[in-house]
Amino acid sequence: MKVPLSWLYEYVGSNVPAPQLVERLTLAGLEVASVRVLGKPVPEGLHVKAEDAGPVWERDKLVIGKVLQVEKHPNADRLTLVTVDYGAREPKRLVTGAPNLKVGDVGQKVIVALSGSILFDGHSKDGKKLAELKPKELRGIMNDAMVCSAYELGISEEHEGIILLESDAPVGKPLVDFMGEIILEIDVLPNMARCLSMIGVAREVAALTGGTLRKPPHTVEMFAEPIEGQVKVEIETPKLCARYAAMLIKGVRIAPAPAWMQRRLGYAGMRPISNIVDITNYVMLEWGQPLHAFDYDLLKARAGGQAPTIIVRPAKPGEKMTTLDGAERTLTWKDDDGQDVAALVIADTVGPIALAGVMGGKDTEVHDKTTNILLESANFDFVSIRRTMKHFNLPSEASVRFSKGIHPEIVRPAAERAAELMRQFAGGRVARGLVESYPGKKELQTIALELEEVRNVLGMNFSRKEAIQILRALEFEITEDAPEAFTVKTPPHRTDIQAGSADLIEELVRIHGYDKLPATLMSDQLPEQHTNKPLVLEERVRDILVTAGLQEVITYSLTMAEREAPLGAPALDYVTLRNPISAERVVMRHSVLASVLEVAAGNLKHTGDVRIFEVGKVFLPKAGEKLPEEPRRIALVLTGRRWREFWDETSATADARASQAASLDFYDLKGVIETLAGDLHLPEVSYRPATAPYLHPGRSAELLIKGQPVGAFGQLHPKVAAAYADAGDVFKPLTGRTLLVGELDLEAILAAVPDRYTYTALSVFPAALRDIAVIVPETITADQVSEAIRAGGGDLLQGVRLFDVYRGSSIPEGTKSLAYALTYLASDRTLTDKEVDKAHKKIEDRLKHMLKAQVRGQEAAR
Amino acid sequence: MSDLNTLEQRALAELTAVADEDALRAWNTRYLGDKGELKQAINNIKNVPADQRRTYGQEVNRVKEALTAAHDSAVAREKEKALERSLATDRLDVTLPGRAVSRGRLHVATQVLREIYAVFADLGFQIYTSREVEDDLHNFEYLNMPPHHPARDMWDTFHTTTRGVLLRTHTSPGQIHVMRQFKPKPIRVILPGMCYRYEAITTRSEIMFHQVEGLAVGKHIRMSDLKGTIVAFARRMFGEQRQVRIRSSYFPFTEPSIEVDMDCIVCSGKGCSLCKRTGWLEIMGAGMVHPAVLKHGGYDPDTFGGFAFGMGPQRITMLKYAIDDIRQFWGNDLRFLQQF
Ligand SMILES: [Zn+2]
Repeated sequence: MKVPLSWLYEYVGSNVPAPQLVERLTLAGLEVASVRVLGKPVPEGLHVKAEDAGPVWERDKLVIGKVLQVEKHPNADRLTLVTVDYGAREPKRLVTGAPNLKVGDVGQKVIVALSGSILFDGHSKDGKKLAELKPKELRGIMNDAMVCSAYELGISEEHEGIILLESDAPVGKPLVDFMGEIILEIDVLPNMARCLSMIGVAREVAALTGGTLRKPPHTVEMFAEPIEGQVKVEIETPKLCARYAAMLIKGVRIAPAPAWMQRRLGYAGMRPISNIVDITNYVMLEWGQPLHAFDYDLLKARAGGQAPTIIVRPAKPGEKMTTLDGAERTLTWKDDDGQDVAALVIADTVGPIALAGVMGGKDTEVHDKTTNILLESANFDFVSIRRTMKHFNLPSEASVRFSKGIHPEIVRPAAERAAELMRQFAGGRVARGLVESYPGKKELQTIALELEEVRNVLGMNFSRKEAIQILRALEFEITEDAPEAFTVKTPPHRTDIQAGSADLIEELVRIHGYDKLPATLMSDQLPEQHTNKPLVLEERVRDILVTAGLQEVITYSLTMAEREAPLGAPALDYVTLRNPISAERVVMRHSVLASVLEVAAGNLKHTGDVRIFEVGKVFLPKAGEKLPEEPRRIALVLTGRRWREFWDETSATADARASQAASLDFYDLKGVIETLAGDLHLPEVSYRPATAPYLHPGRSAELLIKGQPVGAFGQLHPKVAAAYADAGDVFKPLTGRTLLVGELDLEAILAAVPDRYTYTALSVFPAALRDIAVIVPETITADQVSEAIRAGGGDLLQGVRLFDVYRGSSIPEGTKSLAYALTYLASDRTLTDKEVDKAHKKIEDRLKHMLKAQVRGQEAAR
Repeated sequence: MSDLNTLEQRALAELTAVADEDALRAWNTRYLGDKGELKQAINNIKNVPADQRRTYGQEVNRVKEALTAAHDSAVAREKEKALERSLATDRLDVTLPGRAVSRGRLHVATQVLREIYAVFADLGFQIYTSREVEDDLHNFEYLNMPPHHPARDMWDTFHTTTRGVLLRTHTSPGQIHVMRQFKPKPIRVILPGMCYRYEAITTRSEIMFHQVEGLAVGKHIRMSDLKGTIVAFARRMFGEQRQVRIRSSYFPFTEPSIEVDMDCIVCSGKGCSLCKRTGWLEIMGAGMVHPAVLKHGGYDPDTFGGFAFGMGPQRITMLKYAIDDIRQFWGNDLRFLQQF
């Protein structure tokens, strides 16, 4: 809502400086998004964007003038010489190319710029820029003044022709005093829709500044014959139209609206069209009530010369009409949910004549020769208007106002105000009375309000006097039932009061000022404490993975099925968007890993080393349920070198360097998984070869807790890596890399995290260290060997650490040698060699018997 | 006897002239070695007249001790010198880079969320999380926005192909979930989580972002408590000097509704480019829980009241670290993430 301050101040008896006004309005919920200043210097303390402050109209250089004579320029066909009286002793003759001043014109009021004026250069070839007016010769005639266009003054982009002012504009008056302006652009929130009007904003200003609201008159001063019998109004669906009123204005002459009205409309952001249309717009801006003017004679003709009947009804299935923008529109349709929707239309006995509240019809439009006007002022259901406006994509000053809700009580004053303006400025005769149907009339709401409640809700005191003053300024009617207890009646322009006293409390604190609200600490009862274990554990998982050297990433949960397809066909449907923003973000993901692979690919464009993880949700539709399950997953991707090269790794240690910088492999990833399992104290963890189709069959594993798989990890299957490279350019950098990936079910893992675990006491007695080397067939896994060792070692065996795996010429083919460092320890004594020997022997025996292993035990060399 | 004295004098004089460890070793061999002069002097005792032998013996011992002591200190001196020499020559170029530590990091969004959790934990707020794919009831209707309510325009919504199912546009549906779970007990929670908006992705807007909402419900919760909570948060998060400004605003689920600004962390209110010359930065929306929302949550609005607030951690992070492009968050460029 654009609010020219001179217009606003006509309705409120206060004149707060603009910077303070902007601040008060903003704090009271009418946020001033920007300020435009026309002609005036920018007031101190007012924040105006550079492009919103035009040239300053110096009082002694830009003045109102009157055309005395327009002559032909002796040397140029397109130029004229204009003699103007601009209040100085001598008139001035100047040169102009304005197309709207013609030889022989006299008496027009124009804007005269004298030498030294700074204005936008109307002839600039390189964009909008300011230039100083200097005396110069124009085709042989010296010129040191000009008549100005709206463009030159910084008012609009209008280039063609100069501004012609109203005939009573005072000659010699500084222009800035006549039409300098400050325009506030206010963002009006949905509950402040009443402020989509000058009166609405003025009411707020009055309440905020202690001023008085002065509404414009809305009485018609002179009537012609009564309206009765000349038009009928019927509302078919009162639910959709609470009120419809028609007035008749006869004998109008279509012409431009008065210059002051056009100027105000222009400042408020509306293009002037003609007196009748401009008056309906002017009253809409003033009262917030959109109006529509029909050509009465066209309506009458459609009714066969009889009094027309206006019918407000939903469109009939398939019904069509041509709106005044020339488009033929089908007035019924199906919405996104497949429901039938019918636009609300204004019709006569022949058919629709307007799309209610949104746009008039072509057939009954006011035109140059219109003489009789049927003026519509009505109230429509905002939901219906909103749907129609959105369906046809026709937001306009009128439809936006209707779609936010307007109080039906404004219908009548707005109609009367417009009729009177048509009488004054279009030469019309207003038929006496108003034909209306008002099925939606409601009692004004009354609300009980006690100051005690205000105190309890706000934590702040209001005196009886303050409360009454604020509410009355906003036109609430107050009856004092008891000291500090009121009955408050809602004024007939508010549609937002729905929460009872809470709404009134908001009005009190909003107008009084939130700066006066104290800041206190809650003194209410402290709620019971609950821990959020799922979240605490999720954060612990993040910490563990970060400690393990991985970087956390967070990716879009919206993706496209094709990006997940290489990981295996989805077993479920996707949660799919009906209105996606792009083809890449259409479904809610089934896989976190696919997203993390995409991040890896992106980063591989500029680095070779990536170790990342994400803890995030996947979205799995569940049969028979409307909403999907949203389990959390851990996804990991590792690729690149184990260590970053370092500058002192000279050629002498090339081997060391090679092994240090070697590519990450399965066991690096497994180390991460083991760290996670260990730090979470997961019970009964084991690993077995994975069967997931997206993993390398020989280089991948499943993580099991108590025998149940909770996820898989390992090297990405080379075929899958290739499929990704084909899936799109984003994945190209994955080509030819060893990618270590994994996806784990966080919910299953967290369910297994023990509530508590206990620490193992530290023995003060020395440990006995023994190594053992075991030669087993390749088919025996390391897990089987260590299990056998543990089982054999009993309580005294406190540590089993694999430190070497050997395959080679010194042992039989098809076997491997696994070497373990074993730690024997008792918590209550120093172990004797005999005890250790005994335990060690048991291990050897077990290995030999259970695994047919060849054992080569030895005393630890350490 | 005088021979011993001469030996001692000569040996000590030579010792002072010794310049390095080799010479010191040679001196040691010459005087204190197995075939050294002192040994010879000891062997010489048999040539000393018997009555002088005792004195001679004592004297030889004294000279031996003196020379040994002198040698020991000379050795120590030489060691010290050698150390000095090596310390003087064994110098590193300390400007060469150190070995890289292989470390991981939390995403900056997680880091800031945790900061927010910590501040509110101190204020007695617990964390409550709820689903991201929601139904229209929880995202809109229970929050006082019936179908086609104009306020729905404030949230551009991703709808799914299932009627009435959408991606939550805010964490506010969690208010209903938490109230229905804990009614009629008092509540003090924050509701963090991912939200979605149907918007073009630009430097300033994203289709997916975190939100942290706060909710306090009880029998004696006042709006001044809301202000106190917000001031405490702003000062913990952005510095103890922070000032807070409240503007009236509108949300369908609060009444009264407010928008909260904080004085600019760059210019402290004087006006700069970060705050677009206003001196203020918007940090959250808030208000007193609307009676209709309390009712939907299972609380009697005549007895219970409450406040709610909601903020965008990404916006807060952008302010904190002067990040000018919101797309960095889910872009996950390691060069971005490793800066935090
Ligand atoms: Zn600033």
